[in-house]
Amino acid sequence: MSNEWPLWEVFIRGQHGLSHRHVGSLHAPDAEMAIKNARDVYTRRNEGVSIWVVKASDIAASSPEEKGPLFEPSNSKVYRHPTFYDIPDEVGHM
Amino acid sequence: MYAQEVKSTGEAVKSLKEMSPEERAFQEKIDAGVKIEPKDWMPEGYRKTLIRQISQHAHSEIVGELPEGNWITRAPTLERKAILLAKVQDEAGHGLYLYCAAETLGVSRDEMTEQLLSGKAKYSSIFNYPTLTWADIGAIGWLVDGAAIMNQVPLQRCSYGPYSRAMIRICKEESFHQRQGYAIMMQLMKGDAAQREMAQDALNRWWWPSLMMFGPSDADSVHSAQSMAWKIKQNTNDELRQKFVDQTVPQAEFIGLKIPDPDLKWNEEKGGYDFGEIDWNEFHEVLKGNGPCNKERMEARRKAWNDGAWFRDGLMAHAKKRAAKKIAAE
Ligand SMILES: [Fe+2]
Ligand SMILES: [Fe+2]
Repeated sequence: MSNEWPLWEVFIRGQHGLSHRHVGSLHAPDAEMAIKNARDVYTRRNEGVSIWVVKASDIAASSPEEKGPLFEPSNSKVYRHPTFYDIPDEVGHM
Repeated sequence: MYAQEVKSTGEAVKSLKEMSPEERAFQEKIDAGVKIEPKDWMPEGYRKTLIRQISQHAHSEIVGELPEGNWITRAPTLERKAILLAKVQDEAGHGLYLYCAAETLGVSRDEMTEQLLSGKAKYSSIFNYPTLTWADIGAIGWLVDGAAIMNQVPLQRCSYGPYSRAMIRICKEESFHQRQGYAIMMQLMKGDAAQREMAQDALNRWWWPSLMMFGPSDADSVHSAQSMAWKIKQNTNDELRQKFVDQTVPQAEFIGLKIPDPDLKWNEEKGGYDFGEIDWNEFHEVLKGNGPCNKERMEARRKAWNDGAWFRDGLMAHAKKRAAKKIAAE
């Protein structure tokens, strides 16, 4: 039986004030080792101030086939954008 | 190039008309520059070619640590030792980014390791040459990483999202590799006669194998057309090789090194150098496993994998035990 270490997805906060961003993945036996490995693999040049790791198998993802129906509701609602409204220049910045 | 002879489908490239609706939609996405992501539909040939190319690239990064690792304990100064360590550590990182990119295509890490250790998967021919002197470390950084950069920069625009993103990370780190190598050569060339001779000797031995890194000449690259249509290859082998020669010759001249090629000549008309014929027989022999260090490299990889088994299993057992305890406590 394969005893392969599970896969973890790695998220790094690059700077204070920014959100964590997905940077890649790695294998590790547990969360503690995943964070240590992520430090060595993904932050060798001060790329981060904080690391999140999530077991890849715990991530639920939308499927590409559903892309149409999933995002269609927002596609048709152009009135959600400020440019939908014609406001005369005289009104000034709004 | 770290992936020198990647087999593709072996079939002629289909025209849009000959494609199934799915294939056509896929090709149109690629032509429009839209990235393909792991869960998107893709032709089996695309998936397989990419797995071969990315894993070959990853294996090259990992095996590539060996020739340089040879000099870590013998670097001339503490500073050089720290630099070389950091460089080799980067290469390990490159291997890891790439293995993960390949895994998104449905191949497991263990499968890839197994393919490398059994000799089924290839890695770049360049890492089957020995590092005999300290100048070889300079030549590798300057020439081998230089050739790798030449190949990797266009791969940042590869059609497969995870591969392209891995290449972007890698390219950010490569320029340090090439510069530290050239700096070693520069310093040697400022030294005494023996040091200058050592640098020239390293160039003499690494020049031709570096040109082989770009793979067979275009006339013999049977798998290029499909890979280029799929945008997992952007330039032909000969194009990149020519660019590398044109870039490297002045760098050699600048520090007083002589390129070991009697046929090397500036060609005003084409705006590039003409250079001599590569020994393709040597190239194929090294790829087949008959290079000076193929055996040694594979033995080192197998030993590392086997010797590490107790450690990998031990950590896994510990993690499982702790997880079970946690569940029991809840
Ligand atoms: Fe690398
Ligand atoms: Fe490198």
